[in-house]
Amino acid sequence: MTWIWSNLDLIWDRTFDHLVLSVPSIVLSFIVALPFGWLAHRYRASRAVILTSVGLLYAIPSLPLFIVLPFIVGTSIRSPLNLIIALTLYGVALMVRVVADGLGAVDRDVRQSATAVGFSGWTVFWQVELPLAGPVLLAGLRVVAVSTVSLATVGAVIGAQSLGSLFTDGIQRGIQAEIIAGIIATVLLALALDGALVLLGRLLMPWTRPSAIGTVSRTSAALAEATP
Amino acid sequence: MIEFRSVTKRFPDGTLAVDDFSLVLPSHKTTVFVGTSGSGKTTLLRMINRMVDPTSGCIEIDGADISTLDPVKLRRGIGYVMQNSGLLPHRKVVDNVATVPMLRGMPKKKARDEALALLDTVGLDRSLAGRYPSQLSGGQQQRVGVARGLAVNPNILLMDEPFGAVDPIVRAELQQELLRLQRELGKTVVFVTHDIDEAFLLGDQVVILRTGGKIAQIGSPAEILANPVDEFVSTFVGADRGKRSLHVENHGDGDVVVDETGRLAGVLVGAPPSLAAAATAPFEPESKAGPQGSGASAQGGDPR
Amino acid sequence: MIFLSETLAWLGDPAHWVGASGIPTRLAQHLLFTLVTLVVAGAIAVPIGFVIGHTGRGRSVAVATAGAFRAIPTLGLLTLVALWVGIGLNAPFVALTVLAIPPILAGAYTGFEAIDRKIIDAARAVGMSELQILLKVELPLGLPLLIGGLRSATLQVVATATLAAYIADFGLGRYLFEGLRIRDYGEMLGGSVLVIVLAIVLEGVFALVQKLVVPRGVTAGRPTDIRDGSSRSRAVMEPAIEEGNINVHSK
Ligand SMILES: Nc1ncnc2c1ncn2[C@@H]1O[C@H](COP(=O)(O)OP(=O)(O)O)[C@@H](O)[C@H]1O
Ligand SMILES: [Mg+2]
Repeated sequence: MTWIWSNLDLIWDRTFDHLVLSVPSIVLSFIVALPFGWLAHRYRASRAVILTSVGLLYAIPSLPLFIVLPFIVGTSIRSPLNLIIALTLYGVALMVRVVADGLGAVDRDVRQSATAVGFSGWTVFWQVELPLAGPVLLAGLRVVAVSTVSLATVGAVIGAQSLGSLFTDGIQRGIQAEIIAGIIATVLLALALDGALVLLGRLLMPWTRPSAIGTVSRTSAALAEATP
Repeated sequence: MIEFRSVTKRFPDGTLAVDDFSLVLPSHKTTVFVGTSGSGKTTLLRMINRMVDPTSGCIEIDGADISTLDPVKLRRGIGYVMQNSGLLPHRKVVDNVATVPMLRGMPKKKARDEALALLDTVGLDRSLAGRYPSQLSGGQQQRVGVARGLAVNPNILLMDEPFGAVDPIVRAELQQELLRLQRELGKTVVFVTHDIDEAFLLGDQVVILRTGGKIAQIGSPAEILANPVDEFVSTFVGADRGKRSLHVENHGDGDVVVDETGRLAGVLVGAPPSLAAAATAPFEPESKAGPQGSGASAQGGDPR
Repeated sequence: MIFLSETLAWLGDPAHWVGASGIPTRLAQHLLFTLVTLVVAGAIAVPIGFVIGHTGRGRSVAVATAGAFRAIPTLGLLTLVALWVGIGLNAPFVALTVLAIPPILAGAYTGFEAIDRKIIDAARAVGMSELQILLKVELPLGLPLLIGGLRSATLQVVATATLAAYIADFGLGRYLFEGLRIRDYGEMLGGSVLVIVLAIVLEGVFALVQKLVVPRGVTAGRPTDIRDGSSRSRAVMEPAIEEGNINVHSK
């Protein structure tokens, strides 16, 4: 354990490297997955193609992807960009299905009544479907966050620095504490990002807060928020 | 004969579903439990095949305390039909009907042959035997459910709102079918419903329940109609009297029970509270529960 | 197209298809290792998952454990166990078995949970014993999701077995690490392509099996019958994501 105290700087540096890899990947996953998920939800023909493709994409093991990707997109194998692209691909693969399912779960009646009261095509999507699918999307994004953080460590074996470097360094030098520190730091980072997403979800979707479950209206949720 | 003796059921969460319930259900007759949702009907029914065990009190079938019997064996000897049929979705109709006989060790061939014969009994075309439940209509599924309940030729048939999920026309058809079956087979049927019309149509003995599994009134349909014991029962019974199929008309010298077409269904002899059984709904002598039940005491009477 | 030419050149070299470090040997090692790991993990996870699914007890513990395992980096676990038990096959075997358990467990109990309670209740009411309910009702109806769990576990094991070549001299992963070490593009690319093809083939096989094991009656509902068939088979195929049951595997 003394190793940890005397190497806090190193752990902090690797944590930062790790954040640089994972946070952009998580954000990009969500942004890229939205249109594909919508397409998969909206049209029968694109649904089969898109969902099969992301299924296969998700089946590809990470290390081979990290190695093959630079030869296809022209990045350098050790560059963070290479890893970010790969991690984003996995995130997208997970998220597209979630988006499609989440949108699909929005009650058809709600959608139709929204149209009936005069929402136009895109406003129905932005103001009705997307918010209502929000809790499902959030659940999916939390899974993406946790698995991205875990996956990013693999980059260490091809020389891309992250908390995973503590594993490769630890085994080469036989320092058990270093590996354990790496595992703990990775798990904590995953939990922290997960927690951040939950908070973000509460902020953006106040109606899903525990106090506002069910019939309680948005107004009373806002009131509950104002009352300490 | 099935007998409840001071049966109480309190669920682990504290809900008192049935409270000190005593009743005799005569053999070869149909007893209907009727009451609003949550009045403990299902709980009462499920205590008979030990899907639920009473908290206190005991239940006897032909004199044997069922708590001493093996639940699985007990269930295999009692037919059970539930709402939404409860059929196994991955088995064909014929195999669903043959399930219990095969559990009891009947060879597959024989069980299937008997299952086919049972499809005739419940009025289903044999061509449906090879279908899966999801390929049948709701009414057909319900008939398969009844066939399955009859498959071991049980003395007792438990039916929990079996026609609750089908449309009114199919329901009427199934009710008539059940009456016909009951005339032919003479099972001891325990039937649960929240539909008072259905209760009066099918029941030899009707037990009206209020919340907490308490008996509001017991009697034949005619007795209950003629002499509802209190406000609760008369409201429950008369909620839509206009459409009531069986009702009482006063013809000067006595009350008569008339069915929906105006035909005489029975005569109520004597005046309340000492009513005798109506002609259409005779009670077995051994059961004293009915007649007195429609009087001041609504607690089911002392069976012995 | 350096990618294609290097890959094809390496894969096309007959020298790479023979001997102890030849492709057939390494592929067989990879597959055998995956199989043994899955069998052991399955032998542990399936019974536990069935008990959880049948009784409904211990579910929250299982969900929490599965969630925690998702966060544990596979490389960390591999290297840690390797430090404990030494370089060789034992470390990856232990680590991968541990990693394969959660998805199989989840597949087993979510498969049971996806079954309509009324069906099981009815089976009990007509006199099936608990064992008969398990074998004749829950098992056939829950099988598609169990296979789904095995599918996740398999992909995870295949992927992590590749990574395990970092600490043990076996499997297709050796080509990747060899190639990286001596900067042989052909070897690292050829090895990568082999692993990717293997994973995708397995994914395809499982997708097919998963379709085949959906009981006939569950898929047989008339397409117009929204009340029943479609919704039920959907429920069997795709557990709700809110339940935290998405089959996720780290690579
Ligand atoms: N397994 C159970 N656990 C707790 N409460 C139950 C259970 N089953 C039924 N109850 C409660 O017992 C009461 C009677 O239920 P039930 O017998 O199903 O009524 P009914 O069939 O007349 O609608 C209800 O309040 C119900 O909520
Ligand atoms: Mg009920």
